[in-house]
Amino acid sequence: MQEKYDYIVIGGGVVGCIIARTLSRYEGRVLLIEKEADICMGTTAANTAIVHAGYDPLPNTLKARMNVKGNAMWDTLAGELNFPFERRGDFVVAVGEDEFPALETLMTFAKKNGVPGCQILPGPEVRRREKNITPDVSGALWASTGGICDPFQATVAAAENAVMNGAEVKLNTAFEEFIMDGDRVIGIKTNRGDFYSRWVVNCAGLYSDFVMHQAGVRPDFKVRPRKGEYFVFDRADVQIDNVLFPVPSDKGKGILVTTTVHGNTILGPNAEIIDDKDNTSTTTSGMDEIWAGANKLVPSLSKKHVIATFAGLRPMGNGPCKTPGVDYNKDFIVEIPEEVRGFVNLGGIESPGLASSPAIAQEVVDLLKDAGEEMKVKKDWDPIRPSRPRFREMSQKDRKLLVDMDPRYGRVICRCENVTEGEIIAEIHAPIPATTYDAIKRRTWLGTGRCQGGFDTPRVVEILARELGVSPLEITKRGNGSKFLFRPTKKVEN
Amino acid sequence: MLKKDTYDVVIIGSGPGGLAAAVEAKKEGAQDVLVIERDTELGGILLQCIHNGFGAEIFNEDLPGPSYAQRYIDESLALGVETLMDTIVLEVTPDRKIFASSKLHGFVEITARAIVLAMGCRERTRAMIQIPGMRPAGVYTAGTAQRFVNIEGKMPGEKVVILGSGDIGLIMARRLTFEGAKVERVCEILPYLSGLTRNYVQCLQDFDIPLQFRHTVKFIYGKDRVEAVEIAEVDDKWKYIPGSEEMIPCDTLLLSVGLIPENELSRQAGVELDPITGGPYVDESRQTNVPGIFAAGNVVHVYDLADWVTLAGYEAGKGAARYAKAIRARESDHIPVIAGKNVHHVVPQTINKRNLENEEIELQLRVLKPIEERTLIEVHDGKNQITRKVARYVRPGEMNTIVLKPRHFADIEKASSITVEVNPR
Repeated sequence: MQEKYDYIVIGGGVVGCIIARTLSRYEGRVLLIEKEADICMGTTAANTAIVHAGYDPLPNTLKARMNVKGNAMWDTLAGELNFPFERRGDFVVAVGEDEFPALETLMTFAKKNGVPGCQILPGPEVRRREKNITPDVSGALWASTGGICDPFQATVAAAENAVMNGAEVKLNTAFEEFIMDGDRVIGIKTNRGDFYSRWVVNCAGLYSDFVMHQAGVRPDFKVRPRKGEYFVFDRADVQIDNVLFPVPSDKGKGILVTTTVHGNTILGPNAEIIDDKDNTSTTTSGMDEIWAGANKLVPSLSKKHVIATFAGLRPMGNGPCKTPGVDYNKDFIVEIPEEVRGFVNLGGIESPGLASSPAIAQEVVDLLKDAGEEMKVKKDWDPIRPSRPRFREMSQKDRKLLVDMDPRYGRVICRCENVTEGEIIAEIHAPIPATTYDAIKRRTWLGTGRCQGGFDTPRVVEILARELGVSPLEITKRGNGSKFLFRPTKKVEN
Repeated sequence: MLKKDTYDVVIIGSGPGGLAAAVEAKKEGAQDVLVIERDTELGGILLQCIHNGFGAEIFNEDLPGPSYAQRYIDESLALGVETLMDTIVLEVTPDRKIFASSKLHGFVEITARAIVLAMGCRERTRAMIQIPGMRPAGVYTAGTAQRFVNIEGKMPGEKVVILGSGDIGLIMARRLTFEGAKVERVCEILPYLSGLTRNYVQCLQDFDIPLQFRHTVKFIYGKDRVEAVEIAEVDDKWKYIPGSEEMIPCDTLLLSVGLIPENELSRQAGVELDPITGGPYVDESRQTNVPGIFAAGNVVHVYDLADWVTLAGYEAGKGAARYAKAIRARESDHIPVIAGKNVHHVVPQTINKRNLENEEIELQLRVLKPIEERTLIEVHDGKNQITRKVARYVRPGEMNTIVLKPRHFADIEKASSITVEVNPR
């Protein structure tokens, strides 16, 4: 039987999942495919988790427009989908008098881009607001609309809400090529069969160049991964309560010292342009660079309190800005190309892609309307993704009530982050089932603490095997090829 | 199942320290003694230590870990110690309320007249030593691998490189070899062993497993599962020596790079921690700065022998029982114990010198640098020597002790502090 959809979204990062969720609001069948064993495995899985205010992108670019519009949409998004988001504002910190003029440039950008709530603060005021900051601070741009979020939970929640509203999600499903009818895309071929659709949306992130080239669009467009490395601190030891950017350079927004919604302070990223789209390695030189950059803002940090390091890749594109007179060739691409019908093309959605994602989804809807789609809202569309219990965030009183109701929430599996068996089981049987260790980790925050999974790993493997009805030998860290265990130990002869 | 909500002594953790504390608290006259254990069996990490080497100090026997634990399990149960199994303590308050949670017993709230913290320690991870490279499956701490092999009966790898010469790493090198895996190499960044010499001899030498000092892992390769590690020699400042790199194909990297006392609960309870040991400051009864909260074993400082943990547990159990019964030591008269030349740390960090009138006080120390000749361990008050002891050698991997006896009380009575020093003889 031929599978026929109205919309196929290629790629399960934050952009793909929020687009799928937005499309699920309208009549029509939606399919999202993701080549990995879980959604949220690429760029969305490893970044600074910041919802940027919008003073950074060059004015009149699509990046600037999407950023500012997207930022304003996060309160509703987080409210409907029930994931952690805090609009706590951010600082761009000028160190020494030399850096101070850069703040004025950003302030000009902020005004042109229409970013509300920005002001330049003098050095002493910045020190008063964040006592850990370097005494050499000469001032800071304060942007009250800057936010922090949990990108994993945002992405999972959006995808789950899409599924609740009738969308389908197929994991371990890799796009191979388009099925064309003349100049019209009518479907895709994947490693798991062919799927037909009236529209296909390219949300392939690092691989968005490959996808658009398969459709014959923008042959000159190329994605180069820009790698950023990070340090994560133990929240019991390091408490930086703010989001601190350095002044930006030609390498990007620079190395931050920032808090997260989980309370851990993180440092990073550096920005190294590489070629290998699988290379998420941390390096000695990268870690040294981050350390130097972060210490410039906050000199009191100690490596003793580092509990994790990681690296992520941004899909840096070479898309030219479409606004006449703006000379910029790293803009977002969000378009319906003229040369191919049935194809919505996105590319180069690097930072501030997370902040922009709800606006990009709206932009896609607007483009579809312009292309003649009716976009009729479903009568029974439900925008709410209910939250699930988070034991570690509860008071002792609420914990007692929860455990009385369901004793599985009484068994703590991750001792550092206090994640319970009940929460793990809930994720395994959620609308998008978590079937790997990392999938559980991203959804529950288990294994992210001081012992980095040393305690919980054997227990999570056991629970996954039990709930999925497979042998523990089949359980993986993050899908094919990443098994934890090889074979049983030798048998004892009696 | 929990019989009441108030206990004389509650012990958190049932490893060698916790069980010994329970036994001694009972013997000292505490009525109601409860042990809370997060796993489903008593014994703590001893249960996964199926190798021998336990009991030499206390029983003059060579026992495997589970047998060693069983002696204390049997004794504590015979003495009427109560247990709460498969239960994790979430919070301890300074006024000794305990919040704990369990699938079996639900959410419980207990008040204790005295508490013994016996949570043990956790392993240092890859991130703490910041090994660069990819983050695939197949990088395990040695203790996690030990649990997989000895408790779950599953092999976490076939071709293994071990970083660090800590005892668990050495033990796992032999264990994995027994199970048919190939241990390619053990690398130690220091120029000497972190673990016990006997473990080096019995676990590496006897199985021809190569050990390289001054070597570390420079990079981890593999997208999904470990495919290789690059190792390199380091100089005195731990910088890689160019040209010394070697690629070792493997599917697993085990880390045995140190242990850290586990004190998250202690912190919540207001217990002050020693930044050198990572554990609470304690006196000779193993009481912390919070009255009625005691701590024993690896939660205080990391030991190399379980027997020593047991002995520390006795002290804490006794102290806790006396506190619960309100038999306090006479007026407190504490002086600090200072780590002097070539001493990394000393436990206890303070002593109540009045207690020395009637009882011995053992000082436990680790040295900073090895001395491979006859060595003098000495205690002085800043001017005069109080006691001394000669050791054949001292090594950071092996704890040393020196005992203060009631006859030293006269020397200590006027001292405002005492210092422990280690020098070549």
